[in-house]
Amino acid sequence: MAKTFKIDGMDVSAADDQTILQVARERGIFIPTLCFLEGLSFVGACRLCIVEIEGNPTPVAACATYPQEGMEVYTNTERLQGYRRLILEMLFAEGNHVCAVCVVNGHCELQWLAEKLGMTYNTLDYLNRPKQVDASHYRFAVDHNRCVLCTRCVRVCDEIEGAHIWDVMGRGIDCKVITELNQPWGESVNCTSCGKCINVCPTGALFKKSKAVAEMEKDTHFLRYFSTIRAGGD
Amino acid sequence: MTQTITIDPVTRIEGHSKITLFLDDAGEVHDAQFHVTQFRGFELLSEGRPFREMPSLMARICGICPISHLIASAKACDELLAVRIPETAVKLRQMVNLAQMVQSHALSFFYLSSPDLLLGMDSNPDNRHIFGVAQAHPEMARGGVKLRQFGQRTIEILAGKRIHPAWIVPGGVTEPLTADRRDQILAMIPEAKQFILNALTLFKARLHEFADEIRTFANFPTLHMGLVTKANGLEFYDGDLRIIGADGKTLVPAVDKYHYQEVIGEAVEPYSYLKSPYYKPRGYPNGMYRVGPLSRLNIVSHAGTLLADQELAQFKALPDDQRQSSFHYHYARLIEMLFGVERIEQLLHEPDILSTHVHALASPNAYEGVGISEAPRGTLLHHYKIDDDGLIRYVNLIIATGNNNLAMNKGVLQVAQHYIHGGEIKEGALNRVEAVIRAFDPCLSCSTHAIGQMPLHIELVAPDGTVVNEVKRG
Repeated sequence: MAKTFKIDGMDVSAADDQTILQVARERGIFIPTLCFLEGLSFVGACRLCIVEIEGNPTPVAACATYPQEGMEVYTNTERLQGYRRLILEMLFAEGNHVCAVCVVNGHCELQWLAEKLGMTYNTLDYLNRPKQVDASHYRFAVDHNRCVLCTRCVRVCDEIEGAHIWDVMGRGIDCKVITELNQPWGESVNCTSCGKCINVCPTGALFKKSKAVAEMEKDTHFLRYFSTIRAGGD
Repeated sequence: MTQTITIDPVTRIEGHSKITLFLDDAGEVHDAQFHVTQFRGFELLSEGRPFREMPSLMARICGICPISHLIASAKACDELLAVRIPETAVKLRQMVNLAQMVQSHALSFFYLSSPDLLLGMDSNPDNRHIFGVAQAHPEMARGGVKLRQFGQRTIEILAGKRIHPAWIVPGGVTEPLTADRRDQILAMIPEAKQFILNALTLFKARLHEFADEIRTFANFPTLHMGLVTKANGLEFYDGDLRIIGADGKTLVPAVDKYHYQEVIGEAVEPYSYLKSPYYKPRGYPNGMYRVGPLSRLNIVSHAGTLLADQELAQFKALPDDQRQSSFHYHYARLIEMLFGVERIEQLLHEPDILSTHVHALASPNAYEGVGISEAPRGTLLHHYKIDDDGLIRYVNLIIATGNNNLAMNKGVLQVAQHYIHGGEIKEGALNRVEAVIRAFDPCLSCSTHAIGQMPLHIELVAPDGTVVNEVKRG
């Protein structure tokens, strides 16, 4: 049964299976996202899509929240803008994001978001933790310095390719994505080398080894076809 | 009582350095040290990075000559791929390297050194800067600005942006040249040539005023090193790395780049972060050699373009002892700028310059790569080793300026001994101590933008550490 509610004062309606983010996007209302990707399941990991709900003390992730009848949602309050910038600052401070020499410079979702959301400088100290590059795969490499732990690679490999070679290991600051239960990627027997993880990665963490600085462009169009096929099968 | 004179910082150069002069009891200079006071560490921080990042990473060594590092680095990476890159890519890289040469030489000659050359070494320091030149010789100042613009604009037209473009990549370049952009560069060439010819005319007419400087500015016999074409012509991108003796005779016709360490040693002095490379067969420090514009013109037999060849012939006609003077780095820079503009014009008329085949695709096929090119300040060498996964495991860089370190130190001593006597320090004498360094146009870091006078601080320090005299300006 359709629900009616408000986004930024605009009357909107949502089908049962629609999240706040989906409704907002249908209406052309911009809510920033990073871990969310159309065609994959949602995890609400990055919190960039947080929105405020009237009467609710804490913001909620729009990608992972279904609207309720009569809800009043606000997508771009001053408080949210501050939180979002802080989230970005934390992502930049935790990793080692050096756009100037990055393979996706100019084509990076994190870089785009920082620009879009007005993160002009970082108020936090950089952690400068040394992180590894695994370039053992013959075509692809993962640079953990640039990983934001969005888990898109984990989800696309599991949900679309069906190989499930990616997982997340460790807790807190030591969290990292791993291949084949923490074996070098090049030794993976289950990786089909399809490249889907490379294309859904929002940053330069996953890239083709053949690409030099700023040469790598991600292409997630294939997900639309899968969505279409799935919709047809339902 | 022995004294020490410190010049800190040295002004109108690129980067940070200071000079220490040691005086003996009679107040005569008995030793001099040129200290490079900054530390970078690029060789270490690139370990573990994918090799394809190297050109862009190395470009960050310098904001003035990013192109030089991009070229040497990309050439080393081509060696890792073990491919022959498309001919058009070679020509486009040559062109951007020449444009870099022009803009950097213009910066050195007009912005940094022309105040000394056109206003005089002893002129009032309050006006001894590019704005002073703009007042006294407005056409020269304008020419300098326009020439720098020619170089930078050519880089931008070819590579997309002026500083740190990502256009030069392992295997070639990312984008071909279009007819429209070719014509934009061609349109700038006549004016650029004329500016250089005007500067040459003025410079040559005033050379007689600098007889003392020519005699004392790091004027001593050394070896010279630089790239040459197969026909012994001027070459900045590829070719044979030649070493000649002070007598002009060839010592090493072509250094085997994978065995450069048998020819070039790298000494480290505790007073400077800049390494002191030397010609190994002669040992340290006797194996002093020079690189850069002066050396290149001393090595080659001809330039390879019409006007530059005419100017080079005049330069070659100078007496031998003059051609060993580092003062003539300025002269050589003007001739090289002329060659650069003419050679760019030649390349733009090559029939295949608009070919779209500009990027060879390959995986790494070698564990080791050495790239050598000529930067504005001299021979630049990048040496990389990678592991099975294509990650950098070893980097050695011999930066153009470093090659001249021994000669710069000795040059400072020569000038100081000639101009400073009895502990008396005249402003013009100190300016000459700095000016000999400026003649080499050392690029000690990325970029420094000298407008007017930077503060100059000289201390006379007694052996017990007390400051007995102090001079400040700025």
